Order: sequence, then C-alpha cells, then structure tokens
Amino acid sequence: MSNGISTGAIVGVDVGGTFTDLFHYDEARGSFRTAKVPSNRGDEAVGFLAGLQSFGAVAELGSIVHGTTVGTNALLERKGAKVGLITTAGFRDVLEMRRRDRRQTWGLWGDFVPVVDRDLRLEVAERTLADGTVRAAVDPEEVRDAARRLAAMGAEALAIVFINAYANPANELAALEAARAVWPNANLECSSRILPEIREFERTSTTALNAYLQPVVGSYLAKLDNALAGEGFGGRFHIVQSNGGVMSTDTARRLPVRTALSGPAAGVIAAAAIAKAAGFPNVITGDLGGTSFDVSLVVEGQTMLAAQTTIDFGLVVRTPMIEITTIGAGGGSIAGVDPGGMLQVGPESAGSRPGPVCYGQGNSRPTLTDANVLLGRINAERPIGGKLARLDVDAARTAIATHVAEPLGLDVMAAAEAVVRIANSKMAGAIRLVSIERGHDPAKFAAVPFGGGGALHVGALIKEVGLKAALVPRFPGVTSALGCVIADIRHDQVQTVNLPLAGIDAASLDRRMVEEATAARAVVESAGLSVERIDLVFELDMHYIGQTHTVAVPLPVSVANGTTGVDEATIRAAFERAYQASFSRLLPGVGAKIVNLRTAAIGRRPHFDLAALAPAAGTTVEGAHAGSRPVWFDGAWYETAVYNRLDLPVGAHIQGPAILEQPDATTVIDPDLSARVDGYGNVIVERSAR
Amino acid sequence: MTIQKTNQNTTIDPVTLAVLKGRLEQIADEMDATLYRSAFNPIIAEARDACHGLYHAETGATLVQGTNGLPIFVGAMAFAVKAVIDKVAREGDLHPDDIFLFNDPYDGGTHLNDFRLVRPIFRQGRLFCWMASVGHWLDIGGNVPGNFNARATDSFQEGVRIPPVKLVKAGVMNHDLLAILAANSRVPVSNYGDLNGQLNALDLGVRRLTELLDEHGEATVAAAFDAFTARAEALMRSALSKLPDGTYSFEDYLDNDGVTADRLRIALDLTIAGDRMVLDFSRSSAPCAGPLNIAYSTAVACCYVALKHVFTDVPANAGCLNPITFVIPETTLLAVKPPKPVGGYTETILRVIGVVFGALALADPARATAAPFGTINALSLAGHRPDGSRWVMFSFFGGGLGGNPESDGLNHANNPISTATIPPVEILEAAYPVMFTQWALRPDSAGAGLHRGGLGAVYEIEALTAADVFLLGERGVFAPFGVAGGTPAALNRFVWQSDEGEKSPPLASKVTDVKIRDGQRVRLETPGGGGWGDPKRRDAAAVARDVRFGYLGAEAARGAYGVALTDDGTLDVAATAALRESSAA
Repeated sequence: MSNGISTGAIVGVDVGGTFTDLFHYDEARGSFRTAKVPSNRGDEAVGFLAGLQSFGAVAELGSIVHGTTVGTNALLERKGAKVGLITTAGFRDVLEMRRRDRRQTWGLWGDFVPVVDRDLRLEVAERTLADGTVRAAVDPEEVRDAARRLAAMGAEALAIVFINAYANPANELAALEAARAVWPNANLECSSRILPEIREFERTSTTALNAYLQPVVGSYLAKLDNALAGEGFGGRFHIVQSNGGVMSTDTARRLPVRTALSGPAAGVIAAAAIAKAAGFPNVITGDLGGTSFDVSLVVEGQTMLAAQTTIDFGLVVRTPMIEITTIGAGGGSIAGVDPGGMLQVGPESAGSRPGPVCYGQGNSRPTLTDANVLLGRINAERPIGGKLARLDVDAARTAIATHVAEPLGLDVMAAAEAVVRIANSKMAGAIRLVSIERGHDPAKFAAVPFGGGGALHVGALIKEVGLKAALVPRFPGVTSALGCVIADIRHDQVQTVNLPLAGIDAASLDRRMVEEATAARAVVESAGLSVERIDLVFELDMHYIGQTHTVAVPLPVSVANGTTGVDEATIRAAFERAYQASFSRLLPGVGAKIVNLRTAAIGRRPHFDLAALAPAAGTTVEGAHAGSRPVWFDGAWYETAVYNRLDLPVGAHIQGPAILEQPDATTVIDPDLSARVDGYGNVIVERSAR
Repeated sequence: MTIQKTNQNTTIDPVTLAVLKGRLEQIADEMDATLYRSAFNPIIAEARDACHGLYHAETGATLVQGTNGLPIFVGAMAFAVKAVIDKVAREGDLHPDDIFLFNDPYDGGTHLNDFRLVRPIFRQGRLFCWMASVGHWLDIGGNVPGNFNARATDSFQEGVRIPPVKLVKAGVMNHDLLAILAANSRVPVSNYGDLNGQLNALDLGVRRLTELLDEHGEATVAAAFDAFTARAEALMRSALSKLPDGTYSFEDYLDNDGVTADRLRIALDLTIAGDRMVLDFSRSSAPCAGPLNIAYSTAVACCYVALKHVFTDVPANAGCLNPITFVIPETTLLAVKPPKPVGGYTETILRVIGVVFGALALADPARATAAPFGTINALSLAGHRPDGSRWVMFSFFGGGLGGNPESDGLNHANNPISTATIPPVEILEAAYPVMFTQWALRPDSAGAGLHRGGLGAVYEIEALTAADVFLLGERGVFAPFGVAGGTPAALNRFVWQSDEGEKSPPLASKVTDVKIRDGQRVRLETPGGGGWGDPKRRDAAAVARDVRFGYLGAEAARGAYGVALTDDGTLDVAATAALRESSAA
C-alpha cells in the first residue's frame, strides 16, 4: 500500500556526543550522500541544521528521521523535569521502594534517589481490585486538588498511577480527565495509557520516567520543529524508538520514554539490513565505544526485543526495546594489577577525557587503546576521528610497562598483548551471552562491528566464539544515520489479560486482538511515511499456572476479514513450542495461562537498495596499498601491509596479516584470517582457506 | 576478567585462566537464570532463593559460583556436596548419571525448604567435579504452611526431612521418591515444577561444562580451579593483613526462640593476627527449645556472607575461608544436632552476620556498616477460597540497610543473605484473596547518624476470606544497632485486627494460628537500618529535607539530630546552631 506522501529525499540524522552523522538518500535516483558535523551539546539543533544544510536547501527535503540521545542523556545524567505523581492511597512509595532490591549482590553500601521526590507524590482515595472491580470510585475533586497542589509546588509534568489499573483503567482515566482540567500544560499521563500491564513498580517507574522526559524531549523537538520551519521544511519529521521502529514526533512527545535507546537501536537496524543483504541473516552487532561494548543479536534478519531495561539502579523502563547487552570493556578501559596479582581490564574507564595515555590529556594509567597502539594495530600517525594530530606511543609503552608488565613479570609487548586478549575475551563473553546462552549456534553468525573501535577486534571474536565471519560495513561511522533512513514504522502495545488457556473463550480473545491491532495500526498510518504494507504481529506472554515468569509465544496468526481466527489448539501448540525451546521439560497435566497480549503494527518501508553504497568501478588493490608497518600478533612482529579501505575494489581479496584504514575505523586482519570486499563494499573477514 | 600471575604453583597460561574464569561463571549464571525462569514458586522465581555451582571432587569445596546466587547458599553449598561425598564414601556405587536429592538441614543444609540436587561430573571414567543446584521449595509438610513454624520444638514439627538419596539412579528417575515428596506437601505441583526447574538447570550445566572440557581439556580446567582458590585466599589474606591485630568483641540478641520469652545471645570474639582471623562464638547462648538454632555448616556459611559483604573484591570460592579459623562449639545454638528445630535459621544467621559487621566496625571504622534491619518476617496468610480451594500466601518483607561511610542506608532493601526481589502487590492480589491497604516507607524507622539508616516499611493487608496468620520475625525487642556514634533503628512491629480490637503477638514478632475474619487486616512495620556516625554532624539541610519528605518527624530532627525547623518546615539555622552547640558542650 502507499499513502501518497511525497517521496523526496529522506535524511537520517544521528546526533552523538561528539559528532552528528547524517545520511541523505534520494529515493527517486537511488543515490546517497553522507555528512559529519560537530554536535553542539545543549543546543543540538545547531549541528542538526548545519548538517542538513550541507545537502542543500532544507525545504527541498521530503522527510527527516532522527535518532536521538536527548532522552537517554536526561535519564543517565538525571536531568529530567520536576514530576508530580498521584497514586492510590497507601501506595505513594512504590516508586521509591522498588522491588526491594539492592545495587549489587555483594556489598551493602549505596542509596537510591527516585526521580520523583516524596513530597511531590500525593495519594487519593480510590481502589480497583485485581479482577477489575472498582471497590472505591475516584473523586475528581480530590484529584484536581492534588494536581493543583503539585503544580503549585513547581511540578512540570504529572503522572497518575493507580493499583490494578491494568485490569480496569476507569479510575485512572477519570482522574486523568479531572487533572487535565487544572493542569497548566500538556505534560500529563496515566499508567494505563502507557503500560496497561501487571506489576505496579515497573508500571509506575515507566510512567514516572515518561513524565520525567516529557518536558525535556518536548522542548527539544519543539526547538527542532521551529528550526526546520524556519528553513521552510514542510515534510515529515520522525523519531527512532528504542524498538528500532520509527514514530511520529506527536507520538514521541506523548511517549518520550520510548526514545531511551533511540540512537543505538538505529545502528542495530542498519547493521541487520546491511548484513542480510550481504547474505548474513544471522549476526551479532558490536559497538565498541570508549567505556563499553554493546552487543545485539539479529536472527534471520529480525532484531531481538527485550520487554524492559534498567537504565540505572531502580530506574526501570518497561517498553519493548532492541535488546542490547552492555559490558564494561571499551577503548578507554583501564588495565591494572590487583592485590591478588591479577590483571584487570575495566570496568573502570578513562573515557574520552582524559582518555587513553596516548592521547596526552593527563591520564597515566594504561587503557585498551594504549595496548592497541603499542602493538601497531592502531596507526599512531593518523588517529581516527581527526581530533588529534598523532598518538604518543612512548607514553603508552611506559604506562603498560609500569602498571602491567612489571607487576606481572612480563615483557612489555607480552603485557600489551595480554591486555588485548583479556579485552577480547570479555567481548567474546558478551557475544556468548547473547548467542550460545540463547541456544544459537555461533558458527551460523557473523559479527558486525559498527562505531569506531569494533573492527580492531573482529579476528579474535571470530576465533574465540567460533563465529562464521565478520562483516565490516563500508561506512561504520554512519551506521546509525543509515538505520534512521531504512527503519520501519512501528507501534507496540501490551495488555494484561490473565486468561487460563483451558476452555478459553477464543472469540472474546479474538475481538480483543482485533481491537488492539486496529489501534496500533492507526498509530502507524497516522505517521504519514510511505510504507509498502502494514504487518500486524501478535505475541502472548504465557506460563504454566503457578509460575510467575513467562515465555514469549509468537502467534502464527494475523488479521483478515476482521478476525485473527485464533483458537485454543493454535495457542497451545505455539506455547509448547516456545516453552520447549527455552527449557528442556514440558509439564503435561499442568494448566497454562495467557498473562499478556502484545501487539505490534509494523509499517514496512520501501526497499532500500544497499548496492548504492558500493565502491565505484576503477579502483585496484594495488592502488589501495598504502605501505606497511610492523604489527604484533601472537608473540611476534609481522611486517604488515596497510590498505586504504575505501579504495579497495569489489572482489578484492587480502590475506592477513593486514590493516585496512579509513577515516572512521581501522580493521585488523590477523595472520590466519583473510578479507574480501563484497558487492556492497562490505569487508568480509573469514578464516583463510587452508 | 583477570589473569593469574604465572609464578604460582600451576602451569596454566594466564590468559586461558582468565578466559576459563569468565566461561565457568557464565555457566553458573546461566544455570541460575534457567531456574529463576522455569521455577513455579515466587520464592525462587522472584526472590531468587536459589544457587548453582561447581565443587571439588574430593573435598566438596566451592570452585565456581554464579554472580547472582543467593549469598547464604554460596556459603552453604560446599557442606551439602560434602554430605554426598561422605555418603558415596560410605556406600560406594556412584554412577555418572546419578542425581542426589536432599533437604537435611544437619547434613549440609540450612532449613527443610531448601532442596539440593547434587550430581557428579565424570570425565574419562573418573570423577572430575560435582555440580549442584539448590532452591527453596514452598512447602514440605509440618505444622505450618510454608514451614516457618515459630513454635516448633523439634524438627519433626517443621516438615519432612530427606537425607541424601538418589532421585536419579544411573539415569533413571525414581518415581517412588517423587510420589513420597508429593504426598508430603500442601503444594505438590509447585514443588514438582521447582524440581523440574532445577533439573533443567543441571541439564544445561552439564551440556555447557562438557563443551568447555572438550575444548580445553580436564588438566587445564583443573589447574584453573586450583588457581581460583589460590587467588581468593591471597586476596583475603591481603585484606586481613590491613586490619590492626587484636581481639574485637561484639554481642547482639535474638528476641526469643518462639517458645519461651528468654533472649538469646550471639557473641563474637574476632581476633586478627597478621593475615589470619579467628571467629569465636563460644560465648553465645546454649541451644534453644524453639526453631532459632542453626547447624555448624550454616554458621560458617553466614560468616562467609558477612565477610563477602565487607571484602567485596574477594572472589566467591572456598579459598577465601582458608585464612579463617572458626570456633563454634556444640554447646551453643550455632552448631546443633538433630532433631533440634532450625526452621527459623534465617533470623539467627542475620544476627550472626550483624555481629561480624559490628566486630569488624571496631577493627576498622572505615569499613563499618551499621546493622541492617535484620529480620525476614516470614508471613503466611492461609485460607480457603469461596470454591473451597486452599490458598497460602507466603512472603518475606523488606527493611532498611545500615548507614555506612559512603551513604545513607538504602530504603526498603532485601537482607544481606539474599538478593530477593519482593513480589509485586498486583501479582499477590491476582493470585490470592487479599487486598493491600498500605505498601509504604515507615517514617522514623531509621537509626540516626551522620549517614542515617535506610527506612523500613509498612505493609497492611486485608484478608478477603477468613485466614490463618503465621509470622516468624525478630527485632521486636532488640533493635538494629548503629555504629561509630549512630543510633539504633526502630523495632519490628506486627498487629492484627480482631473482634476484640487490635492485637499483637505475646512473643514479639512471632505468632502462629491467629484467625482473622474476611475484612480484617494485619499490619507489619519493619525496622530501618542503624545509623553510622554522629547524628549531630549530619548536614542540617539533609535533615530538613528528610522532615519535608516525611522520612523523619520534626521531634526526631530536634532530638536526635539537634536540627530545628521553623513552622513552615524550613531549616532554622540559628536555632539549629544553638541546639548543636549546647549538645556538644
């Protein structure tokens, strides 16, 4: 289907901490351009516009899709709005009491500050029971009074959360309507309109964090809207959500909590699409930054979604997000020897300031990057990113000698190699966590590094985890911006239903599914980007009666002629399939239950031909050859060929050891590996044929 | 991730060692996660009352633990595996596909609810190591649903005791044993589900460990086990040698044993000598009539928990206990034999952990942590639904952690022995005919200090059918202590409505067989944590904020902290200075 919206050029904009990356795609011509401009922290609109203007008149653009970290940063740095919370009498402390957890298994220190202060949490008399019965109706005047008091205390956004509102939202909706009459702005929501799902802490936290972000994300989007309007832009402006789908700015203003992982999600979407086109539908993406390594799994071209994520201790966001596993191993991770005589790499990090020792910005403790520099893997004369003229190899050597080699009684090169190997094994552990632990065979997967650092370590990942190959995209630095352009439009909904499976009223469940699907579909349609079709996806959270955790059960049904045709046998078969995949034993004779109904509407974007990214004809391997330098592999120096990666032609074959350099990434090919350039310009790293 | 110095008594390549450490911990973590997700009862699924690991073939010593295993089990499992090793030594007949099951608290157990599965891992026809799983089952018979029988005077009143027996013999499941287990529980399906969850975890563990051994070989992995143990020992010795030599004595009390009103003393004389430590509990009370006794293995395990909370960098394996000598005579309630009742062991071990914190605070105030709230408050409500079916709601409740050098204590946390999360109100209300009328922080429950304790909580529950009420708690008489000048927290408090008005337990915090009608309520108010440091030195603005937030009453602000507030609740700077000056004089 097509909804007739103009198909002018579409631009993906990924605003990062240091740079704003843009990807401009002309759908009519099938051609693309990229741009990189400095980000302007605090006033991101400046870099955003400057980047757009580099492509010509902004008014000519058809649509803009934006991956943003404004919400993420506000959460991590605790710079959200002052929020007022109205709860059921007796429950104002749910947000602060959490699930009675603590920060870490071992050690009892540290406290927790909730995002809503206790004096800004007010209670009203009302009660709904677990079966949805309203035991005490809400008094609108009491709600208005509470809202007035919160506004007078300076609250900029209002959240309303009542116990059991997932089972019957009537009291919450009545309270929302009452509050709206007196609330001074549009920043107010109730939990059943954000997450009608059982578990009051997770729902309260998500609703409160949504309110916490509403003024921040709202004013950010308003600023961008104004800037775009000032340039005469009349097209569509959209935001990437944490689920990897795109939403309208209207939806983003109402549900800003869904932008928590906007930027990284776009990168995963692009990496998945690039790898699938290249013939690798099963991939593990890896983003190696300054302090962390983020991995994500893609199976048969599909990204994996997690139902919730913890931003920081006690800050839980429950909304479907691309599942990203983070470990504390990045270029800035500090290496040192502990009192037990053991070498540790990370999680402590020098970050990007002061950064690694070789940056010469005041840090004297060695990092992973310093080890890579000393081993010759990173070109000290041509650092990526372009900010520094050169890297200080001698300072890196001294730091590793002092803090690693001497305490361990190792030669300095062996010490540097040990630092890299420990970091590699941590990265391998993260990959194993998302692949082998989920029952996937790593031999069927390829690693796709994006961002600046991952390509340095792909060889070890192939060998340690037993991956099939690694695929380095042609432009690793703009992967997230590209993801903005190709991401589908998506809207997820959840509803707790609590229905035993045996003797289920399938017709009634069918009506509910159709209602949910209709609502989700309407959100996607109203986004106004051109789509080829809208898919509806249903999933049930189910368990055996008595269990509390659930398994995700994808249902093999869709909506046709106003019905899904769902029945008990279909659900049972799907449940047993999903349960057996997770655990070794089914429990015959024990009844099953449907806890939640999850519905997603996905508007599939028109096909994007990634061949547009391929290198132009006329280059040669010889022309790309840029000399050689000594690089340390497995205990010895190898004189290693260096190539300008972007000048390598399609079909080029390079035997390791080799280094491929480009402005935003360095790819290391180990001596026992080889690389080839595929038809899309990707570098594929594999074990050498024997 | 770490690598081991190569000058130790092992030939293992340091990087391989680091890789193996990560891989092995990942296996235990994955076993934990498998059980959490497939268990039936919320005490495992939500509260994570479970643990998995690998244990030494001959000694049963802990080699590898997951990072999330229930802390108390991390300490106790080595004794459980040793119980199986002893049985095999007596009886022989060990097959690679045997799985042992037991819950015997006196033979490497904790209390009857904790079911252990222990299985051998054979390689090349030889026993290579042991693998074990433990989880808390909901009910195993006895007088009280959920088995926290506050009035038990012997083990037989607490539930069914299973010694180490073969659940699976040479790969064949013993269904007769399953039938016996099912016949002796109020919730057989729940137990069956949990048992299958533990078997799922073991299946997965065997698969993963086999892959790893195939890849690296037995000799390398065995060398790695030795290196882990040596490293934990070295780190513990390094930590101990930084403490000043001397003997540090600390005492605390349990309210009563549930049978008589007499208090029970837990006394520790902790001696530091160089890089060694002696923990001597000889001056503790004699074994008691009620269920507040513990077995020797449990006492050692909870000392291990306390030390791990203080020395957080020391890895979780047996090596860290090598520099420590335990003196725990059978004349105390901390090393009892069958059939002395042990069902309330959670309360006793919390007090033991507390006195270890207290004694270490004397040795090194910079590492001091004031007492956590110190009671699990095992509360059961049980009755029958309108359709006649039986319901038992059983849960543990939270409280405040102690103030410490780094921060105020955490509000509403779990106890040091666990990482349990509390089931949500909405899950409980969906599962049982109850309605919570309050789930809140408890004002004025924290000990005062430069860093105050965390707040305890108030839970008020209305029964929607008639219900029997059971509670096993503590800290109703002896409050969680402060350290370094901090003050104690509030006492635990439990009341219920009756036709004759509000009632409280004759023995503080412990009660069995109370009957309430539908529409009547029970109310539990839990302690906060003790305070750390002199309260008069606490930032006056923080005290004013605590009053504004309702954590603290204005009276307490004035009395405990010497902070005066104006009528509109803002800080009265002049009056505060005067108050603090007069108290300093």
